[in-house]
Amino acid sequence: MALEKITEVSGRGVTVAGDEIDTDRIIPARFMKCVTFDTMGDYLFYDVRKNEDGSDKKHPLNEERYQGASILLTGANFGCGSSREHAPQAIYRYGFRGIIAESYAEIFFGNCTTLGIPCFIAAKEDIAKIAAAVEADPSIEITLDVENEKIGFGSESVTAVIRETAKKALVAGKWDMIGELKEAETEVSSVAAKLPYMAK
Amino acid sequence: MGKSLFEKVWDAHTVRTLSNGQTQLLIGTHLLHEVTSPQAFGMLRDLNLKVAYPHRTFATVDHIVPTHSRVEPFADPLADAMINELRKNCADTGVTFFDMNTGKQGIVHVVGPEQGITQPGTTIACGDSHTSTHGAFGAIAFGIGTTQIRDLLATQTMALTQLKVRKIEVNGKLRPGVYAKDVILHIIRKLGVNGGTGFAYEYAGEVFEKFSMEERMTVCNMSIEGGARVGYINPDEKTFEYLKGRPYSPKGAEWEAAVEQWKSFASDADCDYDDVVAIDAADIAPTVTWGINPAQAITIEENIPSVDNVKDSEKAITAEALEYMKLEGGTAIKGTKVDVCFVGSCTNGRLSDFEEVAKYLKGHKVDPGVKAIAVPGSQIVDAICKEKGIDAIYREAGFEWREAGCSMCLAMNPDKLIGDQLSASSSNRNFKGRQGSPTGRTVLMSPVMVAAAAIRGEISDSREVFDIRETANA
Repeated sequence: MALEKITEVSGRGVTVAGDEIDTDRIIPARFMKCVTFDTMGDYLFYDVRKNEDGSDKKHPLNEERYQGASILLTGANFGCGSSREHAPQAIYRYGFRGIIAESYAEIFFGNCTTLGIPCFIAAKEDIAKIAAAVEADPSIEITLDVENEKIGFGSESVTAVIRETAKKALVAGKWDMIGELKEAETEVSSVAAKLPYMAK
Repeated sequence: MGKSLFEKVWDAHTVRTLSNGQTQLLIGTHLLHEVTSPQAFGMLRDLNLKVAYPHRTFATVDHIVPTHSRVEPFADPLADAMINELRKNCADTGVTFFDMNTGKQGIVHVVGPEQGITQPGTTIACGDSHTSTHGAFGAIAFGIGTTQIRDLLATQTMALTQLKVRKIEVNGKLRPGVYAKDVILHIIRKLGVNGGTGFAYEYAGEVFEKFSMEERMTVCNMSIEGGARVGYINPDEKTFEYLKGRPYSPKGAEWEAAVEQWKSFASDADCDYDDVVAIDAADIAPTVTWGINPAQAITIEENIPSVDNVKDSEKAITAEALEYMKLEGGTAIKGTKVDVCFVGSCTNGRLSDFEEVAKYLKGHKVDPGVKAIAVPGSQIVDAICKEKGIDAIYREAGFEWREAGCSMCLAMNPDKLIGDQLSASSSNRNFKGRQGSPTGRTVLMSPVMVAAAAIRGEISDSREVFDIRETANA
């Protein structure tokens, strides 16, 4: 299974400010009543974006000038809470291809990487700088340089971090692990054979 | 240098190192539910892959099942489609399914231990972040996403990065009226919602040694609320006692061998932890959340924090939380009016939770302004409660007694808050909108504190309501 090598992601940005933005906020549980991920993009940040009658609230994702943005800027511990992959699926299907945050919750981070979404960790001040640039000119291009761990925005750039295992997987085009995991069937059976609880 | 349980279990299940540096880890036990699995089975079909070890995957249905009626088809066609999809997926692949007609259905984290599927020294994964619950048995249990469920179904393995281990020792004696829920809320409050990122939490010390298996499950369950994907307690005689004779526990000569092996997984006395935190049990009081994440917690005696008296880094989130919760900083949380009271969930929906509340509920009535529901964590919990007359005590007091499921913990079923109702809840998350209404408010607490709130119609100190005194538990 050949996957795209994700060395660089670029596009316009939008800031959804705040720390501890949890997975219930990213995708409220009631929209998870489905057997596919197809419609998840429609419900991204639903309860903070929409009123109960379906009309728009004031939210960056509802602003005309940020339409088409593909890089999401946010705060600390992004994606905390549930293990629902519906959250990164919603982010991806809405159109985001990269995230910049101060930190990520563990399970969410892994789920994003598996979908090929680079999750960059940047300093609070640097995120504020990028956010200010986007605010001043929403059309500026943000570039997530996965290989060199750098974020370019307009003519400026800042250094950032992407976890080593994620970086390797993205750059090598091995972020979806199924192919590699399947290769080890024999080794898996021999580990299983040593564990009594694995017996039939 | 010795090894921690985490390291021993990790080593015993390691298949190899992958090209990105992660470990391919064998996951011996896979638990499934209806919400996060259908897409994984779909991916398998798309890739033309089979379930590699169907005898090591166990499914049940919990998130979407209505708790007021079991009549099928469910009124909600989406929920009905999900349960039927799971039935079909299990039948097609040979996965064991504890369906509603088995008498064994329930919340996946209640069912696993109850059936003896959860065992020490094993690796467990489930597409649910509260999978850490199973760590109470000395298992290493991970919450995972749907693509990983696919990986697990297809290979019985996952790609994982090894965690560091933080030992959290709670020594001393808990005061009367202080429960496992208070202990874990206290820990999360002290270490923060992201304090555990990158760590497995090993809970150790006198308090956890004295705890029953069910109390240990309450603590491990909420590890993820502190950012720790894994939480565990070393297995001991209580663990073995709990497991003996359960349907999936080893039998006969295999039992003795298993216990010996399980003992060998316990952390060595001389192992080197990445971090150690010590907490004095006497410092813990009945604890409630006031905000929009589980670390925003105070004891029942404290005032709600105000924006002025928190650190600069916490001012924004404090203001956001106070506004959402419609609470005033600097005032007492005690006396806050409640609309809904919920006893249940994978955190506090086990037999001992219902028994403990029942001890105090006799002779009391739920405040007329409160809707109170009790939702057993499994059909087995339900059956035992009925056998012991516990359900009758709840009903007599004015609680509705429901069928087993996740219910109001996450509102993927008909049990939801309406508008900005405030809920006193024995569940695990107080996120904005968590209980089904975009403006609904959740205050987390122990089941006995929920009962106290139900009776008084406001957040109350259970020790006052039920006259729980220093000598009571001595």
